[in-house]
Amino acid sequence: MGHYEAPIREPIITGDKSYHDITLDVAAPIEGKANKSWYIAFTIALIAFLWGIGSIAYTIGTGIGVWGLNNRINWAWDITNFVWWVGIGHAGTLISAVLLLFRQKWRMGINRSAEAMTIFAVFQAGLFPLIHMGRIWNGFYTLPVPNPLGSLWVNFNSPLLWDVFAISTYLSVSLVFWWTGLLPDFAMIRDRATKPFQKKIYSLVSFGWSGKAKDWQRFEEVSLVLAGLATPLVLSVHTIVSFDFATSVIPGWHSTVYPPYFVAGAVFSGFAMVQTLLLIMRKVSNLEDYITRVHVENMNKVILVTGGIVTVAYLSELFVGWYTGSSYEDFVYLSVGAATGPYWWAFWSLIICNSIIPQLFWFKKIRRNYIWTFIIAIFINIGMWFERFDIIVINLSRGHLPSSWTQFSPTFVDIGIFVGTIGFFFVLFLLYARTFPVIAQAEVKSILKSSGNNFKRERDNPSAVKTEV
Amino acid sequence: MYTFSSRLKTFSLVLIIIGALGIGYGFFTAPKTVDDVKAMMHNAEDSHGAATAEHTEVDDHASKDVHEVTGAIKGEHATENDHEAAGEHGDDAGHYEHVLMQAQNRPWTAIYVPMIFFLLISVCALVYYAIQRAASAGWSPLLFRVMEGVTGYIGIGSLIVLAFLVASAMHGNHMFAWMYASADPTAANFDFAMETKDWWLNIPGFLIRAVIYVSIWIGFRHFILKNSRLQDESGDLKYFKRSFNLSVVFLVVFLVSELFMAFDWLMSIDHHWFSQLYSFYVFASMFVSAITVIALVTIYLRSRGFLPQVNDSHIHDLAKYMFAFSIFWTYLWYAQFMLQWYANIPEEATYFYPRLLGEYQPLFIGMLIMNFVFPILVLMNSDYKRIPWFVVLAGLIILTGHYLDVFVMVAPGTVGSHWHFGIPEIGALLFFAGLFIFVVFNSLTKAPLLPKENPFIKESEVFHY
Repeated sequence: MGHYEAPIREPIITGDKSYHDITLDVAAPIEGKANKSWYIAFTIALIAFLWGIGSIAYTIGTGIGVWGLNNRINWAWDITNFVWWVGIGHAGTLISAVLLLFRQKWRMGINRSAEAMTIFAVFQAGLFPLIHMGRIWNGFYTLPVPNPLGSLWVNFNSPLLWDVFAISTYLSVSLVFWWTGLLPDFAMIRDRATKPFQKKIYSLVSFGWSGKAKDWQRFEEVSLVLAGLATPLVLSVHTIVSFDFATSVIPGWHSTVYPPYFVAGAVFSGFAMVQTLLLIMRKVSNLEDYITRVHVENMNKVILVTGGIVTVAYLSELFVGWYTGSSYEDFVYLSVGAATGPYWWAFWSLIICNSIIPQLFWFKKIRRNYIWTFIIAIFINIGMWFERFDIIVINLSRGHLPSSWTQFSPTFVDIGIFVGTIGFFFVLFLLYARTFPVIAQAEVKSILKSSGNNFKRERDNPSAVKTEV
Repeated sequence: MYTFSSRLKTFSLVLIIIGALGIGYGFFTAPKTVDDVKAMMHNAEDSHGAATAEHTEVDDHASKDVHEVTGAIKGEHATENDHEAAGEHGDDAGHYEHVLMQAQNRPWTAIYVPMIFFLLISVCALVYYAIQRAASAGWSPLLFRVMEGVTGYIGIGSLIVLAFLVASAMHGNHMFAWMYASADPTAANFDFAMETKDWWLNIPGFLIRAVIYVSIWIGFRHFILKNSRLQDESGDLKYFKRSFNLSVVFLVVFLVSELFMAFDWLMSIDHHWFSQLYSFYVFASMFVSAITVIALVTIYLRSRGFLPQVNDSHIHDLAKYMFAFSIFWTYLWYAQFMLQWYANIPEEATYFYPRLLGEYQPLFIGMLIMNFVFPILVLMNSDYKRIPWFVVLAGLIILTGHYLDVFVMVAPGTVGSHWHFGIPEIGALLFFAGLFIFVVFNSLTKAPLLPKENPFIKESEVFHY
């Protein structure tokens, strides 16, 4: 009965697939040639990336003063983008780790790309802690290494140092988790490769995977252990990012709800980014049978849940802000002061994009619709950027002393670096889509007999013709 | 069909009777006047003996300092404000009156803690049940009736809590200090905090909100269960879909009601203090307790042969949830504690002063060990999670730890440094445990333990992990 599944469940692999069909579908983008639109997209991303490199070089060469920061608002786009990118990365781990722990079969169609997205997003995020330093060449001082300065050590009390550990651990664990899952798939590409060069490359990256029973058993155990480790990791990483703000005594920043609320927001924004990418990918790579309406709907449900948690956390923030009776709380990012002050547009962008528009997903028609999903996902990406912008800039703009009240406007360098990271992200993702098996075919094959539409049909109606595999 | 065994029924009734006697003893022995308090404190000093007399004095002095700090910043009680304003020290009337209130609060605190504890366990069992429904879980339908049974306590538990809150509002006790404070600066019982908080902390609003919260829980439990029974009788899929919808709506409404419930019923006890995370923290604490209770009831029923289809994999899954949510609770505990400890803003730090450094330290650290260290060590191993007595052992420790968690949330704001763990506390715990067992197992007899018409029931029967 291992393959038993309730008839009421919708199939998550459509198109009457056999094992071989899955292999062909997954291998097709790697074995084929890129078309014109891929080159156009890649060129645009590359130009954006190069522009970003130029902006970064200009910043490092000239100084942080080329950004729009000032004495009071000394974090703005840099850390906004950092938190935004880290947040986006969290959906990947959620899909591959948390959904594995919850035995969600539908994760298998999307986990590979979600993890790739995680890793590429963490790359972008990792840039910002470096380039926002005034003296980037001293960046290695953040590492606790013995040195000739009387062994001058780091102070472990700073959340910015915890960030160093969190992000680097997160990147390495995600990378290992991702690569472990890739071994059987790389081996599949290796075994199919006809060109010697391709064969050589995929032999190298698949580490001699031969798919023995013992290997599979250990593979499963490692996946489960890594998922068990990655789940607290994913919670702690964004928690530590939230500590950057919450440990301070700045009104609006010092709030105990930040840790879970940042994590919920990260999953919320990350899933929106997964939707944005996968809705395109399923079309251009012909993966409609693996990334189905059910996948899209389930992801929209996760968006709805995490968006709800984020909204309740806003409510908690707003309520406690009033409840404290502290006049300093009148200007924080969730307050009447913010709603009517100079950053009213940022405040309302946040509320509309994060708390109002996603509520459309309560309607089944909308959450099963690809176009609607795509549009709403874009709004969430924008809304979550504004959430971080609001937290950082609005709270800094009106602090304890009115004599320090100020505003922030970005320069073209701020914008250029952000655009550059988007370009870099898409450069990596586009290259990935052409060289990596974007669906975890080994995993998808494991659920074919329980969740493939042909097998479900046969099980629910035994008199039908037997499916060939 | 489950039949309530007469042994268990007798056991629960005995608990109720012993508990009621303990509660009565607590109220009977609570001091009535300031003179009683003086006598009580005198006796306490005598019993310590001459050798420790000096030490006791130091202790007393230390606790007085804490009071002055909290008094100055928090104005814990109106009377203490008077006492501060008068600039008097030590053996003045204000101090004794303050001690009297705390001593009188003791039996009330003793019943309030298990009262809240068991009610929220029951409500969170409904949340867990609704999550299983909303997530279309395939493993758990066999346990649905157990979960429904655990929610049986919501009705009576809510009424008891409501009665308690009404009694507090009628000044039957001093559990909620803000009920005695005034927002009027010229009043004798003026409290600066009330100036900014009385829009929320006022008695009519407090009671109306309490009625709203419990109506939501009782109402949804009623409809969800009714629907579940209808599905069983008719086998119509439309009831299954309606259960799904009801569960989803309940989860949304619950999240909001719980947010304000925790602010009202627990956070407002220390009404000068606030934490944005508080409700989530309370939820995590009660949620893991609810899962634990579900596991314990399941194991009990299975051991009596009432749940033949439930296999070790189901227990394993429940134990995994106990493990995971113990860690989740710790995560939220840490987030709340560490952020306030790190920033050390006086108005927030006073909350943790008695808990981390003061008289509640043993409980505070102890519950952390019970709720985190123990589960993580005991429930890590996959094989152990399949051994019923092991899960029961871990479950009892988790439940004790979370009872202490609620105690440490409530007691510092009501009985202050004069906490004890004696007959009133144990009596109240036994009383509510007995009542809980009686009501829950009684409601388990109301429906067959196997929900036969659930579309996922077969998945649940063949479930193997």
